[in-house]
Amino acid sequence: MDQFTLNLLFVGGSFALYIGIAIWARAGSTSEFYAAGRGVHPVTNGMATAADWMSAASFISMAGLIAFTGYDNSSFLMGWTGGYVLLALLLAPYLRKFGKFTVSEFIGDRFYSATARMVAVICLLIASITYVIGQMQGVGIAFGRFLEIDATTGLMIGACVVFAYAVFGGMKGVTYTQVAQYCVLITAYTIPAVFISLQLTGNPIPALGLFGEHTTSGEPLLAKLDQIVRDLGFAEYTAAHGSTINMVLFTLSLMIGTAGLPHVIMRFFTVPRVSDARWSAGWTLVFIALLYLTAPAVGAMARLNISELMWPNGTDGAAVSVEQIESDPEYAWMATWQKTGLLDWEDKNGDGRIQYYNDANAELQAKAEANGWQGNELTNFNRDILVLANPEIASLPGWVIGLVAAGGLAAALSTAAGLLLAISSAVSHDLLKGQLTPNMSEKSELLAARISMAAAIVVAVLLGLNPPGFAAQTVALAFGLAAASIFPALMMGIFSTRINNSGAVAGMLAGLVVTLLYIFLHKGWFFIPDTNTFTDADPLLGPIKSTSFGAIGAAVNFAVAYFVSGMTKETPQEIKDLVASVRVPRGAGVAAADH
Amino acid sequence: MNHKYDENNPYWRANIRLIIVSLIIWALVSFGFGIVLRPLLSGIAVGGADLGFWFAQQGSILVFLVLIFFYAWRMNALDRQHGVDEE
Repeated sequence: MDQFTLNLLFVGGSFALYIGIAIWARAGSTSEFYAAGRGVHPVTNGMATAADWMSAASFISMAGLIAFTGYDNSSFLMGWTGGYVLLALLLAPYLRKFGKFTVSEFIGDRFYSATARMVAVICLLIASITYVIGQMQGVGIAFGRFLEIDATTGLMIGACVVFAYAVFGGMKGVTYTQVAQYCVLITAYTIPAVFISLQLTGNPIPALGLFGEHTTSGEPLLAKLDQIVRDLGFAEYTAAHGSTINMVLFTLSLMIGTAGLPHVIMRFFTVPRVSDARWSAGWTLVFIALLYLTAPAVGAMARLNISELMWPNGTDGAAVSVEQIESDPEYAWMATWQKTGLLDWEDKNGDGRIQYYNDANAELQAKAEANGWQGNELTNFNRDILVLANPEIASLPGWVIGLVAAGGLAAALSTAAGLLLAISSAVSHDLLKGQLTPNMSEKSELLAARISMAAAIVVAVLLGLNPPGFAAQTVALAFGLAAASIFPALMMGIFSTRINNSGAVAGMLAGLVVTLLYIFLHKGWFFIPDTNTFTDADPLLGPIKSTSFGAIGAAVNFAVAYFVSGMTKETPQEIKDLVASVRVPRGAGVAAADH
Repeated sequence: MNHKYDENNPYWRANIRLIIVSLIIWALVSFGFGIVLRPLLSGIAVGGADLGFWFAQQGSILVFLVLIFFYAWRMNALDRQHGVDEE
């Protein structure tokens, strides 16, 4: 059986499974659509939340970004796990006790203001749509590879699949489907990593193999990797190169953003009890950590494998020949990925070999001159293809490649579906039913929910055609926006009775606007290319890149909210009582959709 | 709910104390050991890299896990102690 058929079999099989589950657990009522009737066990909920959370960014993109940068991109690892500590300690149990369905409902009630609720809806729509753009990129790449077509066509096909899939069920359908998706994605991520770790270090656990010994050279794996990338003129893998301030702010933005993302927070509304909300956050992180502890090993080992494939005898020997790339089955992955437009090479000096090195490095320029190289000939290597190409790069069996394609799609689909659910509930539940047309029937509410899903996909595809970065970087921008707007409002709503309606509204708007402005100034207005004034290579504020600005936006939000609250009328007594009741678990019953 | 709700009731104070201690550890392993204090730990080798690198790519995640479960366990106990658990 050829690879194409095998991929189709794995992807098709996994899809049939998800759709089967979605039909079996179809949502009947609005309450089931949004919160699965609150009947979800913490472990099940943790697994579903993990699938919901780990998206194309974690699965497809992150290890590639770590592979080509090394230590500096550890921010993704710490940021996207550390946020769960904030979520578990500062938000989840209280929001569960509050017992409504959406994040903006809490903000509207706590800040006794329809305006606050509207602002929260706008904030979470902006963050969620940015996030969906990143998912669409991942879907496009995965479909592009396994159908062997251009990534843009892959994006279009992916969008149709995501839509068909997301309208099938609400949270209940999604919860059980996501448990299945978690199982597919974690198996798909782990199996190739175990194979590769065994090949390179003899250790079956990738996280230990990363710090183990490289069997062919007898040196520690990371020391060997440092030496190889140094030889090619690249920055050392384990060393720090970027600005410390930027790294701290970037990590912090990702952490705060995690705790401010509506589709993750919504998950904690679906557990039966407040104490379960606390455990649930822990279980979620357990399931996430299984992938996150493996990811840095995947990145480092792939970098090592690629470098050795391009230079089979080291940099002092000859580079791989064009003929070998075209005929040797070990290099077949390069031709397949070339079709997606995400990988390319060019024999610039016409010596029949492909020299891969850093042509901006002075030392390597001298070496290139001596050897007649005319610049780096591996001209395009999109970071986002690394994880999907990894099993092929390591010459693993065909079924592993099919499995990874299915896993990547599971990751992107589950998150896209969760986000679309959050978007549709914001529009239909908060915006229409909560504000504009309160007398809407349950049926038209569900219809509105589905229409808004479709609209969100169209917007995400349009913006996703010119993405502002690699998938994980696009997603990082969404986190910055959530960090600057939603998280501070939720946290102050629980931990301070002093923050009033005007303070919260002013804070959220200030945080959102400064962050959005900073992002647009660096990434282009509405991500349209060439409309940016600054670049992340030379940012407006010293070393602070647009992906790191969320933490500053959050600080602005806190400061403005405190200042404005201090100047305006005190919070009324009944709101203080509401805060007091949110702070204790006792009396957390099952909340109703109507109030 | 009692209208004379005390912001500083013992249950809430104990909770805040627990949160602060947990967040100090949270920041220490990630922003501390993983980033800012990494140069101080560079002498401690861990398989081809140093302890700071290990914390940035592995250790901090493991500590986060322990923190969340510890907090859940302590808080659920505090709920019962102060009689505010869900019956």
